[in-house]
Amino acid sequence: MIREITFGQYYQTDSALHRLNPRVKLVGTMIYIISLFLFKEAAPFALALVFLAAIIKLSHVPFKYMIRGLKAVIVLLLITAVFNMFLTRGEALVSFWGLTITKEGVIAAVFIALRLIFLIIGSSVMTLTTTPNQLTDGLEKLMGPLKVIKVPIHEISMMMSIALRFIPILLEETDKIMKAQMARGADFDSGNMIKKIKAMVPLLVPLFVSAFRRANDLAMAMEARCYQGGEGRTKMKPLKYGKSDVLAYVVLAVYLAGVIVLGKWL
Amino acid sequence: MNIIDVSKLVFEYIRRDDEGNVEGITTAIDHVDMEIKQGDFVAVLGHNGSGKSTLAKHLNAILYPSEGTVWVDGKDTQEEENLIPIRKSAGMVFQNPDNQIIGQIVEEDVGFGPENLGVETKQIWERVEESLKAVGMYKYRKKSPNRLSGGQKQRVSIAGVLAMHPKCIILDEPTAMLDPSGRKEVIRAVRALNEVEGITVILITHYMEEVIHADKVYVMDKGRVEMQGTPKEIFAQVDKLRSLRLSVPQVTLLAHELKKSGVALPDGILTTQELIEELKKVR
Repeated sequence: MIREITFGQYYQTDSALHRLNPRVKLVGTMIYIISLFLFKEAAPFALALVFLAAIIKLSHVPFKYMIRGLKAVIVLLLITAVFNMFLTRGEALVSFWGLTITKEGVIAAVFIALRLIFLIIGSSVMTLTTTPNQLTDGLEKLMGPLKVIKVPIHEISMMMSIALRFIPILLEETDKIMKAQMARGADFDSGNMIKKIKAMVPLLVPLFVSAFRRANDLAMAMEARCYQGGEGRTKMKPLKYGKSDVLAYVVLAVYLAGVIVLGKWL
Repeated sequence: MNIIDVSKLVFEYIRRDDEGNVEGITTAIDHVDMEIKQGDFVAVLGHNGSGKSTLAKHLNAILYPSEGTVWVDGKDTQEEENLIPIRKSAGMVFQNPDNQIIGQIVEEDVGFGPENLGVETKQIWERVEESLKAVGMYKYRKKSPNRLSGGQKQRVSIAGVLAMHPKCIILDEPTAMLDPSGRKEVIRAVRALNEVEGITVILITHYMEEVIHADKVYVMDKGRVEMQGTPKEIFAQVDKLRSLRLSVPQVTLLAHELKKSGVALPDGILTTQELIEELKKVR
């Protein structure tokens, strides 16, 4: 079950999206997310859907792979939708036990659910097509100007890339510890919420201990390989804008303009 | 010239209680002397807690001596300005393959060292290519390290060190977490580096089979160097090795037992081939 979480993982294949400059992808994701929250009408959403479908097709990543990432957030999605359904004021559709579902509420719930789904799939397309190293390189470059005000950009991006690298390893470890404890009679599945959470404690302690041990090892390995922060470091894959990147920016601009036009005048 | 010179090295771990008072001192390394020549294949043997890993960390300036001196490539490890040059000339490979791979893709990980050294982009690519080819991992360069076997991950780690163009590689129990076939894979790669590229190798291990090809073997126990010499000289002393809680290769043990029961065999037989030759002579 744990291995099914795909959010934040790289899918290795070759596609136009994979080759794109990570800065374009970062900016693109940001524009896409903003475009989702700009309007409440159906037309811009239809365009967002078309755009997303085109991007998914371009990425050569199997669609099933992306959907799996949604499973992890389905509860959050449901809660948000339900709250929207009940708590939005407006024309009542049904009411029971003193709760009312309003027409506006249903619409809001559908929109918020769609927004979240688009947002998650949209950003997982980015993480699936960009290696964490590229991603953090992109972030480092984009946030570069902040260095002037002494924000440790390189350190932040390094931490992020290491965190991303260790997600699958720690997940695997959690799985292993869980199995080891289940083999000795630990019960993670039965009982109420509080009981389940309490059952997690013996899982978290060894996980934390091992994470710290790994961190220590990794720090040593990095030092042994002459890591001394961002200063004087060169890049194996320096970021350069190519023709396709410019084209991608144009496509993004057209998309954003399209959303605004559709939302404002239709 | 000696690439590594260790003179009267002492290292103490100081345990402190909650208030910071010294509770006790453990001497992990106790007056160790060592001279390693450029181009040699040196093995350091010892069971758990013999101080061999602590020693390895001194050779890369991760730990500093409590007493004595360590020179790597003529540079004292205690001088701060020598830190980077030392780590550049003496690369280090650790035990756990998962905890030393930084990149998400094999080639990015191998490029990490040269990037830190400020090597130019074009040269980084050349170095990555040649290092991956040297350990036979070039065709995996686009793969995620998580999809490799233990032996392959360890070879990537070795390539990562190689890409920094070190004079010497220290491997701290590189095979302890691997299965037998992974162990063979790694040892073969390490030997090739030593023989083909002429890189000095210091292999820290507790597997006897891995040291039979070494030029020199040090055996450590309780922080001291108890024995040193060629593999032949070391393995001739089966009883002493056993008293240090080390096992000998099975062939050597067989020859030893045969000799004890009266077969006229020389000491220190290391390979099956050798034993066969010697047994033929006996008849």
